Amino acid sequence: MSSNQVIHALYDDDDTLLSAVKSIRDEKHHIEEVYTPFPVHGLDKALGLADTRISIMAFIYGCIGFSVAVMMMNYIMIVDWPQNIGGKPSFSYLENMPAFVPIMFEMTVFFAAHLMVITFYLRSKLWPFKAAENPNPLTTDDKFLVEIELHDNEKDLKSLLKKTGAIDIQIIEKKEDDE
Amino acid sequence: MENGMYTFTNKLRNFSIILMVVGFLGLTYGFLTSPDTVEEAQAMVADPHHGDGHGADHGEAHDAHADDHGAAAHADSAHDDHHEAASSHGEEHGEDHHGEHLLHQLQNKPWAALYVAAFFFMMIALGTLAFYAVNRAAQAGWSPALFRVMEGITAYLLPGALVVFVILALSGMHFNHLFIWMDPEVVAHDKLIQGKVGFLNVPGFLLRALFYIAGWTTYRYFSRKFSLAQDQATDISNHKKNFRISAGFLVFFIVTESMMSWDWIMSIDPHWFSTLFGWYVFASMFVSGITTIALVAIYLKSKGYLEKVNNSHIHDLGKFMFGISIFWTYLWFSQFMLIWYSNIPEEVTYFITRIEDYNLPFFGMLVMNFIFPLLILMNSDYKRMNYFIVMTGIVILLGHYIDVFNMIMPSAVGDQWFIGIAELGGFAFFFGLFIFVVFKEISKAPLHASGDPLMGESERFHY
Repeated sequence: MSSNQVIHALYDDDDTLLSAVKSIRDEKHHIEEVYTPFPVHGLDKALGLADTRISIMAFIYGCIGFSVAVMMMNYIMIVDWPQNIGGKPSFSYLENMPAFVPIMFEMTVFFAAHLMVITFYLRSKLWPFKAAENPNPLTTDDKFLVEIELHDNEKDLKSLLKKTGAIDIQIIEKKEDDE
Repeated sequence: MENGMYTFTNKLRNFSIILMVVGFLGLTYGFLTSPDTVEEAQAMVADPHHGDGHGADHGEAHDAHADDHGAAAHADSAHDDHHEAASSHGEEHGEDHHGEHLLHQLQNKPWAALYVAAFFFMMIALGTLAFYAVNRAAQAGWSPALFRVMEGITAYLLPGALVVFVILALSGMHFNHLFIWMDPEVVAHDKLIQGKVGFLNVPGFLLRALFYIAGWTTYRYFSRKFSLAQDQATDISNHKKNFRISAGFLVFFIVTESMMSWDWIMSIDPHWFSTLFGWYVFASMFVSGITTIALVAIYLKSKGYLEKVNNSHIHDLGKFMFGISIFWTYLWFSQFMLIWYSNIPEEVTYFITRIEDYNLPFFGMLVMNFIFPLLILMNSDYKRMNYFIVMTGIVILLGHYIDVFNMIMPSAVGDQWFIGIAELGGFAFFFGLFIFVVFKEISKAPLHASGDPLMGESERFHY
């Protein structure tokens, strides 16, 4: 089914890229991947990708951080070593709760932020010393690359891509073990 | 409609007039039923209909907080300080200080109801003006489609602020006891207020009020003028002028808004002070103003106007409602926690009276202004849906009304508060006036600020 030839179209502007992606998809070509040096607003919608679920995870992670802070402060300040600070003896969690709010806030943010980054790395299959996957180093600088699968429609696709403002078009043979 | 002009429908006009009439009757009822003598006041409190439920609240809150607050729990509001001081000064004040105190509180009640509502709606217009100036000064690209809505809302600032000024002037003429530092008898026996007379004196107070109001409304007048002139202009000189005066206004605003909050609200408790009070009031007015912009825009859109406003604009307003609600909570908590932790009697009395006598509105306001918008508006999709914005917006606005209520009532009426006919009447009256003034102004100019150089960006705005 899938061919082992792909076409790489290079763009030099994010607005051009967005309209190009729209017209490529209107012509019913399948876009494999888009490589960009920075997040392009609206690209996920233009590509028809499903909404990210990381915000749901962020909420859950935040709830975990919040609960950890509540239990941690209860253990440290009330159960394990109650102290009289500023005339407020810490024998009751509820009566000392306002003092713990900054900690709850910080732990919520800490857990949400760090676990979100870790989740993102796991989902993107990124780890230290991993070899880069982007086919063209220019996409880490200022160029945008669209990768489209080829099915004996080289001519159509090339003229379409030229029309959408691509600055460079290349046919790439994919290695077999890539699949 | 054809030329993008809004017509103020008779239906809405009649609705606003009915609100004003009903509100006026409610306020009149409040003023007529306030007691004239100490005996009447005591009879009203003895009447089982009054103070129902407060007694129970009071006791519970007192028990819960008696432990950690110790001696401070028995300190009371500035009013009581004054009366304690007065009582030690002897006979000329008569025997029954408690009864006299109660009489003042009950006489203050309709005035405070009037003042809370007048201030609340003035604050919405002022918050909107600040938001408008921020957008002008930042040359924001998304918001020009909403400029005419904002300009409509800020039209209420002049009448609204003048009503507040009249109430302040009447207080200065001793028609009520909202500001006890205005009473020379009180000052004579109060060392703390004596030290503040350089700032807290009636002529200075009223002159400052006039200065603030003049500054805000002058900016509003010229900004509106340039905005309308830009529609017909061939160059962008009006836009540039608007940019410059908006930046200047923001500097003027943040100083005068802060001083206004000390004068008009904090001085009701003349012994108490909080250094971030100006910010706290600012957060309240900012979020109320932004919420009102969203509600008016959604209303106009539902009537077929504002075709250039899409759900991305509503989404952005929703983000501001969410963000500034959290900002308000941050300031509320910063103020609360420092005072709670240090537990200095003259500071902590502010929160003790609120927790004991105003338990439900004090904590209910936190739910309405923080927990509710936090949970509802957290979801990105909900911020694009009119239903969620309107529902949350109404809760936020009512929550900030209660916030103003909590700032003014405890020192004005003590534990004699009640959201009754006078309070609802005050709210209805100013709500009606607000609708009347705002929608009349919106009907005066095209809803689409077509000449704005950033309008193209605003029309294409999508997220």
